[in-house]
Amino acid sequence: MSSAATKVSQSAPEPASAAPGTAEAAAGTAGRVPGPTKPGPRKPATDYADYSLVSAPRPWRWVGTAVVALGLAAVAWSLATNPRWEWDVVGQWFTAQSVVKGLLETLKLTAISGVLGFVLGFILALMRLSASPLLLSVSWTFSWIFRSTPLLVQMLLWYNLGYLYEKISLGIPFTDIRFFEVQTTTLISQFAAAVLGLTLNQAAYSAEIIRGGILSVDQGQLEAAAALGIPAWRRSTRIVLPQAMRAILPTAFNEIIGLVKGTSIVYVLAYSELFYTVQVIYNRTQQVLPLLLVATLWYVVITSVLSVFQYYIERHYSKGAVRTLPLTPLQKARKFFATHAPVRSLR
Amino acid sequence: MSTATAAPETTRGLVEITKVRKAFGATEVLKGISLTVEPGGVAVIVGPSGSGKSTLLRTINHLEKVDGGFIAIDGELVGYRVRGNRLHELREKDILKQRTEIGMVFQNFNLFPHLTALENVAEAPVVAQGRSKAEARERGLELLDRVGLKDRAGAYPRQLSGGQQQRVAIARALALDPKILLFDEPTSALDPELVNEVLDVIRELAKSGTTLIIVTHEMGFARDVADTVVFMDQGQIVEQGAPKDIFTNPQEERTRSFFSKVIEPAFNI
Repeated sequence: MSSAATKVSQSAPEPASAAPGTAEAAAGTAGRVPGPTKPGPRKPATDYADYSLVSAPRPWRWVGTAVVALGLAAVAWSLATNPRWEWDVVGQWFTAQSVVKGLLETLKLTAISGVLGFVLGFILALMRLSASPLLLSVSWTFSWIFRSTPLLVQMLLWYNLGYLYEKISLGIPFTDIRFFEVQTTTLISQFAAAVLGLTLNQAAYSAEIIRGGILSVDQGQLEAAAALGIPAWRRSTRIVLPQAMRAILPTAFNEIIGLVKGTSIVYVLAYSELFYTVQVIYNRTQQVLPLLLVATLWYVVITSVLSVFQYYIERHYSKGAVRTLPLTPLQKARKFFATHAPVRSLR
Repeated sequence: MSTATAAPETTRGLVEITKVRKAFGATEVLKGISLTVEPGGVAVIVGPSGSGKSTLLRTINHLEKVDGGFIAIDGELVGYRVRGNRLHELREKDILKQRTEIGMVFQNFNLFPHLTALENVAEAPVVAQGRSKAEARERGLELLDRVGLKDRAGAYPRQLSGGQQQRVAIARALALDPKILLFDEPTSALDPELVNEVLDVIRELAKSGTTLIIVTHEMGFARDVADTVVFMDQGQIVEQGAPKDIFTNPQEERTRSFFSKVIEPAFNI
């Protein structure tokens, strides 16, 4: 559309879609255009191709821009000049070995609970959509319980499982045959309790997200696939899931980003992930705010990286759902420098 | 498919529907329908909406399970296996195999939006018939060529017009070399100007020796292409016969009143 706006060569500009400035140009030259009712030979239509365009004045946009810019400058100024932010301390601890180690633990917890949570969530979603009343109600009950108890309570419960059940064993029920038996406290370490708590909680939420995605796919798609003799598993993986992904992804990434920060809750188990590590350090050095800033900045970095992934994965799954794929930021930049004109993606 | 007039072609695709009944809850949609379509025949089912036309079509490839009666294709029961004097319901796998012999074209196309035209056409032959990908692609291009869309093979359904989408859907149904093709109001979702491009493709198919069963509201097309026109109302077949008889000289009052409402505008074309 931008190319149309740079030319004013159309002899009859439509008022609704006219580019800014076109109206002015038309008004200024109205006298030269012969009216349709006047008799006599028509003069050839004026060619406006060589005229330059002047945008309509938009004073309030400038006022708004100025106000916001001023606000941003004030925030930046205070961040830079207020000595209590202690940026030198932030810089000192940002890449300290213990902090990086805590960061890696956070990433590990997120990755493991994220993957396990979504796998379990997928199974729960299928159970929920199944025709068997037992599978359906078990799945419903699971989501109900894990969504209605605070994550903090779940976490402590798993960690203290040894109090409820001293030993965990695998065997044949109602007989004395045991394949193995182990003390609960040795099996449920801090790490295991953390993974267990985060995974089960995550599964309850992702089950609903995945179920919603599957339901959003048109029933006709399944019918068409069945009519073509495509087997059930292939119907799910090739036809339904790729389309469901469009509905699943935005919320799923929300969940994963929530999980990244949710891992900070395992500090109650004294598990040395990022947040706990930072707490340990500031309890020793008393530099509370700078160290909280260190943790915050790392969470921002992780979230930003995830957002980039989200953008490209969503773009991949929008194949066929939009007529033309929107440009990636890179492509936009390239086009900008190629044409020196602001670009808007075509819908 | 182009050698359709060969002798063996005409012996495949006999559809025998016997006393089929189907109810959704308390509503009886099919009240004992019996209909035979000869191999290579073209049956067009017409009737007011809610008369059970689409449901009948969907029972033929077992997308709807019948409550009573049975349907046989070339003497083989759809959805069941005879063992002794019992009918055993077929397992999913066997039903899918039967469906590969019955192509279906839907009113709203139901193309897979995340796959290109060619991928839509080439998917089922690979997974349902175990053909090689290269073979399925080649055959897919051939079929797209046949419906006049070879140059749009790489386009996604949303980049195609309704008429083009429906032609891709027809090519997709043809990819499994079905004995029978079912059309469920194939032009009802199309703009009037796009209807003919789809009907022309179906006209071509009618000459190919594949059995066609078509539910449509296009009376002019029905008169051109059908061997048999079947008029259904309220879950029953009211009347059937050759198009020239049923359109010009309907025997039943209900048939006459239905045609008097729908035919005139359609025949002005």
